[in-house]
Amino acid sequence: MDRFNLNSQLEHLQSKYVGTGHADTNKFEWMVNQHRDSYASYIGHHSLISYFAVAQNESIARVKFEFVEKMLQPCGLPVPRDE
Amino acid sequence: MFLYNLTLQPPTTINVAVVGHFSGTKQQEIVISRVTRLELLKADPNSGKLQTLLTHDAFGIIRSLTPFRLTGGSKDYIIVGSDSGRIVILEYNIVKNKFEKVHQETFGKSGCRRIVPGQYLAVDPKGRSVMIGAIEKQKLVYILNRDSAANLTISSPLEAHKSHTLVHHCIGLDVGYENPVFACLEVDYSDADMDPSGDAFNSTEKMLTYYELDLGLNHVVRKWSDPVDARANLLFPVPGGNDGPSGVLVCSENFITYKHQRVPELRVPIPRRRNPLEDPSRGLIIVAGVMHKMKGVFFFLLQSEEGDIYKVTLDYEDDKVNAIKIKYFDTVPVAASLCILRAGFLFVAAEFGNHRLYSFTSLGDDNDEPEWSSDEFMDSDTDISAYFTPRDLQNLERADELESLNPLIDAKVLNLTDDDTPQLYALCGRGAGSTFRILRHGLEISEMAVSELPGNPNAVWTTKLKSDDEFDAYIIVSFVNATLVLSIGETVEEVTDTGFLATTPTLDVHQLGDDALLQIYPQGIRHIRADRRVNEWKTPGNRAIVKAATNKRQVVIALTGGELVYFELDNQGQLNEYQERKEMSSNVTCLSVGEVPEGRQRSRFLAVGCDDNAVRILSLDPDNTLEVLSTQGLSAPPQSLSIIEMMDIGTDASHGTLYLNIGLQNGVLLRTMLDTITGSLTDTRQRFLGARPVKLFRVTIQGAPAVLALSSRPWLSYTFQSRLHLTPLSYDMLEYGSNFTSPQVPEGIVAISANTLRIFAVEKLGTVFNQAIIQLSYTPRHFVLHPPSRNFVVIESEHNTYSPMEKQRTLDAKISEGKRFDPSLLDLSPEVFGLPKAEPGKWASCIRIINPFLGDTTSKIEFEENEAAFSITMVNFHSHNNELFLVVGTAKDANLAPRTCSSGYLYVYQFNEDGNDLNLLHKTQCDDIPLALLPFQGKLLAGVGKALRIYDIGKRKLLRKCETKAIPNCIVNLHTQGNRIIVCDMQESIHYASYRQHDNRIIIFADDTTPRWITTTTMIDYDTLAGGDKFGNFFIDRLPSETSEEVDEDPTGNKIMYEKGYLMGAPHKVSMISHYHVGDILTSIHRTTLVAGGREILVYTGIMGNIGVFVPFLTREDIDFFQTLEMHMRNEAPPLAGRDHLQYRSFYAPVKSVVDGDLCEQYNLLPMEKKRMIADELDRTPAEIQKKIEDMRVMAAF
Repeated sequence: MDRFNLNSQLEHLQSKYVGTGHADTNKFEWMVNQHRDSYASYIGHHSLISYFAVAQNESIARVKFEFVEKMLQPCGLPVPRDE
Repeated sequence: MFLYNLTLQPPTTINVAVVGHFSGTKQQEIVISRVTRLELLKADPNSGKLQTLLTHDAFGIIRSLTPFRLTGGSKDYIIVGSDSGRIVILEYNIVKNKFEKVHQETFGKSGCRRIVPGQYLAVDPKGRSVMIGAIEKQKLVYILNRDSAANLTISSPLEAHKSHTLVHHCIGLDVGYENPVFACLEVDYSDADMDPSGDAFNSTEKMLTYYELDLGLNHVVRKWSDPVDARANLLFPVPGGNDGPSGVLVCSENFITYKHQRVPELRVPIPRRRNPLEDPSRGLIIVAGVMHKMKGVFFFLLQSEEGDIYKVTLDYEDDKVNAIKIKYFDTVPVAASLCILRAGFLFVAAEFGNHRLYSFTSLGDDNDEPEWSSDEFMDSDTDISAYFTPRDLQNLERADELESLNPLIDAKVLNLTDDDTPQLYALCGRGAGSTFRILRHGLEISEMAVSELPGNPNAVWTTKLKSDDEFDAYIIVSFVNATLVLSIGETVEEVTDTGFLATTPTLDVHQLGDDALLQIYPQGIRHIRADRRVNEWKTPGNRAIVKAATNKRQVVIALTGGELVYFELDNQGQLNEYQERKEMSSNVTCLSVGEVPEGRQRSRFLAVGCDDNAVRILSLDPDNTLEVLSTQGLSAPPQSLSIIEMMDIGTDASHGTLYLNIGLQNGVLLRTMLDTITGSLTDTRQRFLGARPVKLFRVTIQGAPAVLALSSRPWLSYTFQSRLHLTPLSYDMLEYGSNFTSPQVPEGIVAISANTLRIFAVEKLGTVFNQAIIQLSYTPRHFVLHPPSRNFVVIESEHNTYSPMEKQRTLDAKISEGKRFDPSLLDLSPEVFGLPKAEPGKWASCIRIINPFLGDTTSKIEFEENEAAFSITMVNFHSHNNELFLVVGTAKDANLAPRTCSSGYLYVYQFNEDGNDLNLLHKTQCDDIPLALLPFQGKLLAGVGKALRIYDIGKRKLLRKCETKAIPNCIVNLHTQGNRIIVCDMQESIHYASYRQHDNRIIIFADDTTPRWITTTTMIDYDTLAGGDKFGNFFIDRLPSETSEEVDEDPTGNKIMYEKGYLMGAPHKVSMISHYHVGDILTSIHRTTLVAGGREILVYTGIMGNIGVFVPFLTREDIDFFQTLEMHMRNEAPPLAGRDHLQYRSFYAPVKSVVDGDLCEQYNLLPMEKKRMIADELDRTPAEIQKKIEDMRVMAAF
């Protein structure tokens, strides 16, 4: 497989699957992806979201809502990229 | 170790409930998802009771459900969104009583992923298309249609993806017959991700976006997008087309907004509870809701997170909405889903606690509840003052309740009442709805009547007068020397003119032919005709009748000495004796004839039990009357027999399997299949019921025949969802029983116990446990048993809640600020209305002593100063040898994330003499939250944050003796045996440590290679630990025996101390010996036995209310057998929601050394040809396989 093809395949993967890394992925981006994946998983697993809801004493719908809200910016403001 | 997993009680939580006409009849049904199970419920419109029609394990996580009906159709399909990466459409087959997969289309990877659809499902109300969405980016639209044969067809998916977009909610808009439109609540994060200054983040808007499916172009376009409130969370479609103005209700924090393309938005506040303790800065959101349409009007019932339901109506003309109106309706438990049934019921699938069915008494139209309209609130952005006063139910009335253990927080398996089987003591619930539940294995019964009789009766029967009567007319009670006849009416009264002989005991009573009655007594048979003519048959000589068996047309009696006489009813209604009698070789102990099959003249078989330990099947055919067809040898003399046809073949509702039930004098019940043609006996199953001889009675349960088996406790063998169940009844010991039907009790049982007559009905078939409930005040955390008094000590703590003192303090502050309020606002019952939310970081907590026998709280200690209890244990300190102390670990000002506290405390309490109260001895401060406590060699072992310490008791506080800080994060669980300590870390799995007495040190010598987030563990032997983690996995880890010996035989202990760490951890590693994804977060595991004489098994509980067992296999053959069966089942019965079974059980790590018994048990549900095919592969017969599966369950559990 030649180099050109590999690159285009990677690009295809990156566009298809959110969070696929690339050579310039920094720690922050990686972290944000991890958090978004985690929140999505918490929301999907009913037992986990119940676990959170019991601990926080909030309704499940409220916990779900806050999690989706947090996915917008899970790790605070993005760090500027040094070029 | 190889284990077999069985579910005793499936999850009791409900995450989605939908209503529809799933069987295609007028009657509406409810389909609920219990996360891993799909269940079909019916609400009986007359009795208002919920009835489970079908439950099916889906072996996957069901995340969304929606009913769906094609245009012009009359039957609803069920669309399932799950973790399978597939969309599945199911149809309920009423004849076979099962869900059938109509379509299954794969679109992505499996698992609950961020961009794989399954979280949201939205259908076009006209039944033309469905949208399935993920939390981020992906949305797929399928077009549904029917082909020429009227079968449902599904198109290939159309993409409506938008990358960098989070989706909060997704609905199908009602647009009549225009192109289907889906509305989504979306947030685009691409700008916020790029801008380090935070401006873009602050200006990010939440958008309401319409996606239109152009049916002509077969293409999805973004039609319209408009910003909405930044805290919007839910959408509800407003009826369109001819029924209303179309559009959406956008629910956001504090507001409900009506929005639609090209119309101005209208907004109304969500009314708040008038409560002096409320935090006005805290937003109120809608968590669930339902829209209901009827005869040209529609309304919404929306529920807030406090549980208050609001009725929302729209004021509109043609397509123009003038105002939205909202008013308080009623308060019910916070729901995951609300469903309105046309029969006038509201089903509340509670997110925690029991689910309820309410019936509407009114629609809240004409009460004087204040109503708010959007007219008044158009411009005011601030200071919304819509307040209402919560009150008791006014528009709803509770009709039924489905018990739910969810969330099940902790449990213990103990036998405190010395029953046959141990009880399960469980902490359930959240907040003010928390409960302590005692679960006993058995069916719940509802007792209708208990009446005293003038002596101790021997037997009881009921009888109709005519064969087509709906209800029973008489209850006949037989005493030692008399017979009492009672008539059933409004009241039960004695009658004398019935034709029954009252001066003799009775052996049997039956309604004979069309309209005659039969009484058999020791000296003869009375045939009472409808016109009160009595034909009597007297026994020859001095011989007496010892046993009798009857049905509608046949009578068999056994005379002393073992002679059988057979009578049959002829067409003139005359009872004729068969000319020959049959002499049995020994005394007859019991007899049974089956019911006459529909359309036949007679039952073909007679079962005779003799005291030579054998049961014989005799033919009643005219060709070979009273010829012995087959014989079965027994281990003890038979006491009672019952030939019965059980409806346990799922495929054909009118036909069942013929069984011969044999109750033995040693308390064993045998169930043997009786061949309907040859009369041969095959496939015997046995079960020990109790210490007394087993007596069997034929009864009717849910219209199907069932057997009541009475031993030292009553049991019921019945069919439920085409499966045979044998379950004890939670009731007193009974002597004799019979079927009972009356207008008041359509399906009951009449029985005698000592000198009382009892009438009761069996309800909630299919439930495994019946529950006794003790109310608690806050979320329970843990509990311990105080063995001398058999009391339980429970610690409860609640985040975000006012403690009584804090509440008083806040109120006093409000009063001193000059605020006035009505004190009655504070009198709301917390069980119904919940406790008012304080703010994060505020705690309410208490210790409670419960007497489980009386079901009451003997003492309760509230913690003040914002302290919360987290751990509890009972310690016997060395220096106070004969006294048990209670140690409770608390934290002051505990914060959830990050986990901090201002200070932790260890309270030491003494019990008073009778164990009903506590005296505080002293309290000891510590630096972190003590989450784990354990008695250890006459001292206290405490996990305080990441520090593991040994404390000894002192005069004024606990004295720290030893400490190690080698645990990475936080200790949540501790176990010990000898000098070995097992420490469970919150994130880093388990650590094996050794306590070295001579230099008083704890040294960690082994840990795990998998970073597990431990929730609970139990030590199953010195080297082995079973546990569960937060992702729903079960695992067993074992220390290799050479390591174990090496550590224990190290005399100086220097070796393990100076050994080098391995893989950034302890020098040794434990090995994983089994792993299994249960699908529920385990909250407790116990090594115990559940049945008398059964083997030791692992019993676990899960947070969703799951109770299950792991049974260790005994032989290699069994392992091979069940593994092969499981493999075939995976191929032949792929899970309902489309998930691959092997992948599901290997969700986080490959399944290891565990066979899924729940899947194996689905073998019984397979059609016969598949059963046979699998059986051939296994070189066995289907009956053998079924027997093996059943044995596996009954030997270890129930």
